[in-house]
Amino acid sequence: MKRPLKFSEHFGLKTLVLLAVFCITSCGKKEEEHDAKYYEKIKVEGQKEAELTAPPLVPKPVGDRPAMKLVVNMEIKEQEGEMADGVKYTYWTFGGSVPGSFIRTRVGDEVEFHLKNHPDNKMPHNIDLHAVTGPGGGATSSLVAPGHEKVFNFKTLNPGLYVYHCATAPVGMHIANGMYGLILVEPEGGLPPVDKEYYIMQGDFYTKGAYGEQGKQPFDMNKAIKEEPDYVVFNGKVGAVAGDKAITAKVGETVRIFMGNGGPNLVSSFHVIGEIFDKVHIEGGEMINKNVQTTLIPAGGSAIVEFKVDVPGTFILVDHSIFRAFNKGALGMLKVEGEENKKVYSGTIQEGIYLPEGGTIQNMPKENGVAKSIVAKTVPEQIKSGKELFGRTCFACHQSEGQGVPNAFPPLAKSDFLNANPSRAISAVLHGLSGEITVNGKKFNNVMTSQNLTDEEVADVLTYVYNSWSNNKTTVTPQMVKAVRAKPAPKATGEH
Amino acid sequence: MISRIKTAIFFLLFISSLCAQDVNMAAIDGGTFVPLYGATNKKPVKVAPFKLDVYPVTYEQYLAFVKKYPEYSRSKMKGLFADKSYLSQWKSDFDFGKNNLSNAPITNVSWFAAKKYCECQGKRLPTMDEWEFVAMADEKRVDARTKEEFNKYIMSWYEKPNAYANPIGKTFKNYWGVYDMHGLVWEWTADFNSIFLSGESRKDKATDKNLFCGSGSVNATDLMNYAAFMRYAFRGSLKANYTTRNLGFRCAKD
Repeated sequence: MKRPLKFSEHFGLKTLVLLAVFCITSCGKKEEEHDAKYYEKIKVEGQKEAELTAPPLVPKPVGDRPAMKLVVNMEIKEQEGEMADGVKYTYWTFGGSVPGSFIRTRVGDEVEFHLKNHPDNKMPHNIDLHAVTGPGGGATSSLVAPGHEKVFNFKTLNPGLYVYHCATAPVGMHIANGMYGLILVEPEGGLPPVDKEYYIMQGDFYTKGAYGEQGKQPFDMNKAIKEEPDYVVFNGKVGAVAGDKAITAKVGETVRIFMGNGGPNLVSSFHVIGEIFDKVHIEGGEMINKNVQTTLIPAGGSAIVEFKVDVPGTFILVDHSIFRAFNKGALGMLKVEGEENKKVYSGTIQEGIYLPEGGTIQNMPKENGVAKSIVAKTVPEQIKSGKELFGRTCFACHQSEGQGVPNAFPPLAKSDFLNANPSRAISAVLHGLSGEITVNGKKFNNVMTSQNLTDEEVADVLTYVYNSWSNNKTTVTPQMVKAVRAKPAPKATGEH
Repeated sequence: MISRIKTAIFFLLFISSLCAQDVNMAAIDGGTFVPLYGATNKKPVKVAPFKLDVYPVTYEQYLAFVKKYPEYSRSKMKGLFADKSYLSQWKSDFDFGKNNLSNAPITNVSWFAAKKYCECQGKRLPTMDEWEFVAMADEKRVDARTKEEFNKYIMSWYEKPNAYANPIGKTFKNYWGVYDMHGLVWEWTADFNSIFLSGESRKDKATDKNLFCGSGSVNATDLMNYAAFMRYAFRGSLKANYTTRNLGFRCAKD
């Protein structure tokens, strides 16, 4: 009795599973084929010139417009730009920006692509659009000499967010110099409307000089082949999406970022500090993943990320391969304005001392922050221990040579803010510092946390900083720190 | 008999020395070398002895030519032989304007115009092999292509904007006494389009597997390939009626 029952159960289940699998695969396949053919057959209505935008902006959504003939006029320019403050680099660009102009199309559009190579350029170029179905993605038809123009047509068959790039030899060099951008193929009826849309692309750069080395920096082929970039940046340069140029939104708005990765070499672990992506179009395609912390963007690939911003503040965009963010420039900012929402995020509500049982740090309370040692150190001794302290505590933000991170963390090297007022510097270390300050002519608006250090430690680290990187050689003594500590802490400006 | 031949030779020498253009030509001994492209199976190519202009042709020289042959002036030039940007940087037909130095290399000239210019001087355009043969020399050696610094110098020009506005003769004098093969402008060659690069370089790669096969780091050969590849890729993008701002020429003679 048992046996036949089991058999029939088995049989039934197997058949069902088989049937289901068959149905899913066959139905799915059939639909896909239908789509491609369907889009190929879509008739276009009317013609217009495509709106092209430089990052971080994108053209207007296609909405529910019919497929049409879209004329794209793309000009290639070889031009000098700034990789970072004081660092010059010759970029090769589509449309005068890195990444190149954003192209927004709809599935079924017939694109008439005009590729124009500026007469002053030295190099022949072409374009490979990943949205193109055809040899070389257009590259075989578009090699264009300086001072000339090539025209080719293609029909967009697959919705998605695609990378385009130059594919003229040496391909790696053309891409490394900034020749990439994004072309969006929206589905019928367009992507769902959102409040803010932005265009950001990561790229790695290889210069003869190390990160931050001033002056004109030529491309370094050797580093490019070794895949050891000096710069990993968003939108072509350090700080292109930070400070004054940060992207913005208001509390309650939904932000959509068309995020690409031009490479040439690195894969991006794209992450927004303090946000969770509500939706990610994985690799720029149709599949949507929800509630994503970090999304992987391949070189020559993309992702569309969407998230609603619930609380105000500055949200940092990073490549979470994190040394790239803090040491090579892969750092951007999203500034959100609006009402606080303490339910979602409270801010610091309590600050206390944590004493692990049997811990060695016994004299942490601030009142006890008196110098432990009775014997006063010499200045060289102070510098020596200050240097070690700096390496542990300060360097993460202010960087090894005190150069800081443009638009995020102010420099300590040759810093007018620092040199002007040692008491203020002591206070900053003791109590933290927040709100807008101006250092060497650049504005910074960030938060430095208070450091739990002894008077002697504060004296040592500041003496080290003051005696390094062309600062004014002030010697800070534990007595000076003690005096500042005795005064009431200044009211933090940025915190509520 | 012998004395007559001697006289004839003397007379010929005398005539050739009268021709000022020849003074500014360097004698190239010729030899064999393996060019990056064009040599089937990487066999050496023979270059016969010839003469090459020491400098690229300048504005001043080209103006003299245009005055002598007005059909090559900007407004008279036939569209078949030069596109619209032909001499577009000039002020007028017979005036190259104040923005262009008289001793800067002439650019925005088509292959047809360059060829004609050379013919009118009793010369010709150098072949690509001849040009490449001379271009592989640095100050001291005939073939410096494997020297890293040499290749870096060549590649650095790709990043210098507006080099075409510089006067001739400011780069280095090479082994043959020739200037400006690198660092000033691209130059036309007689058979510039004899090697076909489709522009889809990744496809071209299949025809030359050695070119970009990745070694762990760049050695001098890779750099040499990159530097030279740029020239071949540039030539591959041209047509004979094209004119561009960074493309000039110089003449050769047997």
